Amino acid sequence: MPTQTPTYNYDIVRYFTLATCFWGLVGMLAGVFIALQMAFPSLNIEPYLTFGRLRPLHTSGVVFAFGGNALFATSYYVVQRTCRARLWNDGLSWFTFWGYQLFIVLAAFGYVTGVTQAKEYAEPEWYADIWLTLVWLAYLGVYMMTVVKRKEPHLYVANWFFLAFIITVAVLHIGNNLSLPVDWRYAKSYSVPSGVQSAMIQWWYGHNAVGFFLTAGFLGMMYYFIPKRAERPVYSYRLSIIHFWSLIFIYIWAGPHHLHYTALPDWAQTLGMAFSIMLWMPSWGGMINGMMTLSGAWHKLRNDPVLQFMIVSLAFYGMSTFEGPLMSIRAVNALSHYTDWTIGHVHSAALGWVGFITFGCLYYLVPKLWNREELYSLKLVRIHLWIATLGIVLYIVAMWVSGIMQGLMWRSYNELGFLNYSFVETVAAMHPYYITRALGGILYLSGAIIMCYNFYRTIKGDVAPNEFDKDGNPRQAINTRHNDKVVPVNTAQV
Amino acid sequence: MNPLKNHEFLEKNSVILLIAIIITVLIGGIIEIVPLFRQETVIEPVEGMRPYTPLELAGYNIYLREGCYNCHSQQIRALRDEVTRYGHYSLAAESMYDHPFQWGSKRTGPDLARVGGKYSDDWHVAHMQDPRAVVPESIMPTYSHLMKRGAKLHDLGNHLKALRVVGVPYTDDMIENAEKDALRQALGETRTDISGLKERYGEKVQARDFDKQPQLVSEMDAMIAYLQVLGTMVDFDATKGVDPGALK
Repeated sequence: MPTQTPTYNYDIVRYFTLATCFWGLVGMLAGVFIALQMAFPSLNIEPYLTFGRLRPLHTSGVVFAFGGNALFATSYYVVQRTCRARLWNDGLSWFTFWGYQLFIVLAAFGYVTGVTQAKEYAEPEWYADIWLTLVWLAYLGVYMMTVVKRKEPHLYVANWFFLAFIITVAVLHIGNNLSLPVDWRYAKSYSVPSGVQSAMIQWWYGHNAVGFFLTAGFLGMMYYFIPKRAERPVYSYRLSIIHFWSLIFIYIWAGPHHLHYTALPDWAQTLGMAFSIMLWMPSWGGMINGMMTLSGAWHKLRNDPVLQFMIVSLAFYGMSTFEGPLMSIRAVNALSHYTDWTIGHVHSAALGWVGFITFGCLYYLVPKLWNREELYSLKLVRIHLWIATLGIVLYIVAMWVSGIMQGLMWRSYNELGFLNYSFVETVAAMHPYYITRALGGILYLSGAIIMCYNFYRTIKGDVAPNEFDKDGNPRQAINTRHNDKVVPVNTAQV
Repeated sequence: MNPLKNHEFLEKNSVILLIAIIITVLIGGIIEIVPLFRQETVIEPVEGMRPYTPLELAGYNIYLREGCYNCHSQQIRALRDEVTRYGHYSLAAESMYDHPFQWGSKRTGPDLARVGGKYSDDWHVAHMQDPRAVVPESIMPTYSHLMKRGAKLHDLGNHLKALRVVGVPYTDDMIENAEKDALRQALGETRTDISGLKERYGEKVQARDFDKQPQLVSEMDAMIAYLQVLGTMVDFDATKGVDPGALK
């Protein structure tokens, strides 16, 4: 047993948590707006607010700003607690916070003003890339040094995933952004590789932004917060070893499935497809390990909407990691590629898995960070869960229908051997689905707004009336406006 | 030998764990990427490919700036319906001077790999100013600001120089004349001497006032010059090993 509790740096976790909420709302709002632009093109306001410039704002906003800040917050929390060590070097830690926020602002400003490398999810130009490299190396330094000076002999599984995420993203970021500025005074640069090589490198990067940023990192969150919330140890240590190593080894190969039937050599396409199919197993290994952590404690799911968020996220993870390998098969990809099916697939993973596991972790984290016994209202968490789930269902069903329909229309022939539909006929057919999709996005965003309100009241110290705790016991309502004396739980316990 | 025992070693030695992770994640990328720079068969030689003229390059950069790749692909897959709809499937050589590639990943709008020559300049002008005036069902944003803005020509030489460093075969002559070549291409044969431009970039170069605004070399001029050359460079008749009718 430790003789003294180290004083953890929770301040930085609080800042990253608030940044996660803020950027989450910004990124999702951008998503809703561009979804509406596709349904109602008059919403495009040139030159700054066109779909072409705002779509990177949405993707970077939700992936790097919302997801990135969530990863910083949770990894800094988890590494301190599982290593029983304060986060190494306060100065450098704070540099990662402000440096990362500056990167987001630099990138966003560039997109709207038309400064872009025109590579999906790697749009920021060279100056922002160099800045991010510095921030990221500082992140690696802070994380690794905290691990090195840990007081716990074993490194807990969540940290393996966080480490793999941090180091691999560094490799991918540098590898995919090798470019030559026209001149150091120019924002514009040209990438070093061209054509087919730049395509392969881009999708090696792009797919592993999914694999390491949105999967490995978030599995790290899953491995700490699900056992914590369920108060149960991880289901299988053995499974976590097997699925960790196989996941990180196999993921890297999957990129070429974005380039089926293109000018990329067939051998590379085949490797990409084969490894993508293999990836199904390690992905489900993680899902099973997370879900089965509840074995013997399934009753906890009944009353605890926070745990429900986490488990539903794993269900979406399992679903989309089955759909992904399916879509990587050449014959399926011939239909699905270039259509909305891909967009639906990405969102079932991003909204369902990445979003929900983040919401679950934040709901766990906020009361702990601000010394509250529990959230302001678990009822509101429940409303968030259902409104967001409904949003996802509307979104992905609309995209499945529109994607498969458009794919089939493109390849439809009449009896004389001519194509049945002009391109624009297939665009017109998408309209109702684009409206449904926007509606799904609005529901999902509404859920996030409810969450932020819940956090605001939690931080203020309020407890909603007629509330029950996660075990189903009634709670006493507190309103700070009338009673300022909220007794914080003993800091040493949190 | 107990693998779990061995794994304990990694869990207790974080630096070695980090190194093991790096090695694990590097393998796949190296095997898939490195051969693409070494194999001669990755980009099969074709007749007719040339680097973009300075004006076309200015158009390419506007295409990037506006994020056109978010909705338009430039990669015709070797599938029957795509070849019927868009033309010969894309060859690796056709994007060899694109830093970076513009293959895209989504077709909210149609593929543009072979859009060159399919529509008139006037159609492009009208379409980019107000897509729904030409195609009522279109959901494309309007780009009328391209008409009003002058294309930035004076520093195109610097762009060519940078591209030469990363492998595009621009000659000293091309770099020196970049600005003038851009201007001449937008003025066209009727108003200037384009023999130098043709000497440097080939007889097929299209030089004319693309947007019909004689007083201004606009971004629209550059954009249309770029769109009109897309997919038209390769001489399929003279190139061995490709058969334009193979998939029809």
